[in-house]
Amino acid sequence: MHEMGIVASILDASVEAASKQGAARITEIKISVGELTEIQEFALDFAFTSMTPGTMAEGATLTVNHIGASSRCVSCDIEFEHGRFEIVCPTCGGFLCELLTGRELTIDSIEIDDAPLGAEPSEGDETDKDGSDADTASGAGE
Amino acid sequence: MEIDISKPILDRNERLASENRALFDANDVFVLDLMASPGAGKTSTILATIAALRDRYNIAVIEGDIASRVDAEKISAHGIPAVQINTGGACHLESDMIKRAIDALDLASLDIIIIENVGNLVCPTDFYLGEDAKVMILSIPEGHDKPYKYPNIFGVAEAVILNKYDTLSVFDFDESEFRQVVHSLNPSAPVFPVSATKGDGIDAWAEWLIARIESARAARAQS
Repeated sequence: MHEMGIVASILDASVEAASKQGAARITEIKISVGELTEIQEFALDFAFTSMTPGTMAEGATLTVNHIGASSRCVSCDIEFEHGRFEIVCPTCGGFLCELLTGRELTIDSIEIDDAPLGAEPSEGDETDKDGSDADTASGAGE
Repeated sequence: MEIDISKPILDRNERLASENRALFDANDVFVLDLMASPGAGKTSTILATIAALRDRYNIAVIEGDIASRVDAEKISAHGIPAVQINTGGACHLESDMIKRAIDALDLASLDIIIIENVGNLVCPTDFYLGEDAKVMILSIPEGHDKPYKYPNIFGVAEAVILNKYDTLSVFDFDESEFRQVVHSLNPSAPVFPVSATKGDGIDAWAEWLIARIESARAARAQS
């Protein structure tokens, strides 16, 4: 949809938080995107790669944590996962369900470095790739 | 070093939408965000809805379009306050645009604001404007397969208006398949077949809307 605007918001929040910490640059930005939002990842990657040069996030990695859709059945209180279609309680077949996850669009955290781009990375720069469900979009510098 | 941020990416939009919401609550105004593709009959449906509700409620309309004042003029011609927002290319309305529009309205004198979103089945779904309910319109000529292609808008709408119903016999529109898919996406959303320009079917839609308005007002009165 409007991935440029989304990336602009991500960059604003990231640069503000990194500046407060006195960081020289941002090496990674982690976001969460729910399955039911209208975000297109290739457009997000393109916007990120286009918009980060010249900012503190130049060369940074954008890591997207995908969040599946889930709901709770109002009648039997069961929580279940589902896709976009067929939001039906697997236990009672009821349709009255409260959406729990799937509409997320959040900026979770950033990794910062004290050294400017091109300088030797400082200790502790290694980013933690623990999210098994996450995939990465490489920034302009990679 | 990792810094925790944990905030919505559309944080600014959400914050301004909450401010709009507070203004609507303070003035006991019910706000409907009406979404559809271009040409589905948003303005005609608004006019038909106004005709059905104007004896009961004071109504204003916020018109969102990329350019022109065509729609606001159509509404104003019926003696209803209308504010035109021109997004200048943006494909959806955001809460700061609504804030500027409501500054031009006398909220204290209003019961309902109908927002006509920019004609688009994708982008308006992710932007909360401070409204009480989102409703979408699909028109018969667009085809019964639209919920497969644009599932999100059918998922976030509290009700679906099926407009241009009088053309059903001309188009290859499978109503039962349409209802089935809408139901699978959004089991609690009613579907209202209407012919907005003729007024057919508007009664059932208006009845639902009145019940929705009154339940929102009752909830507000209690809080």
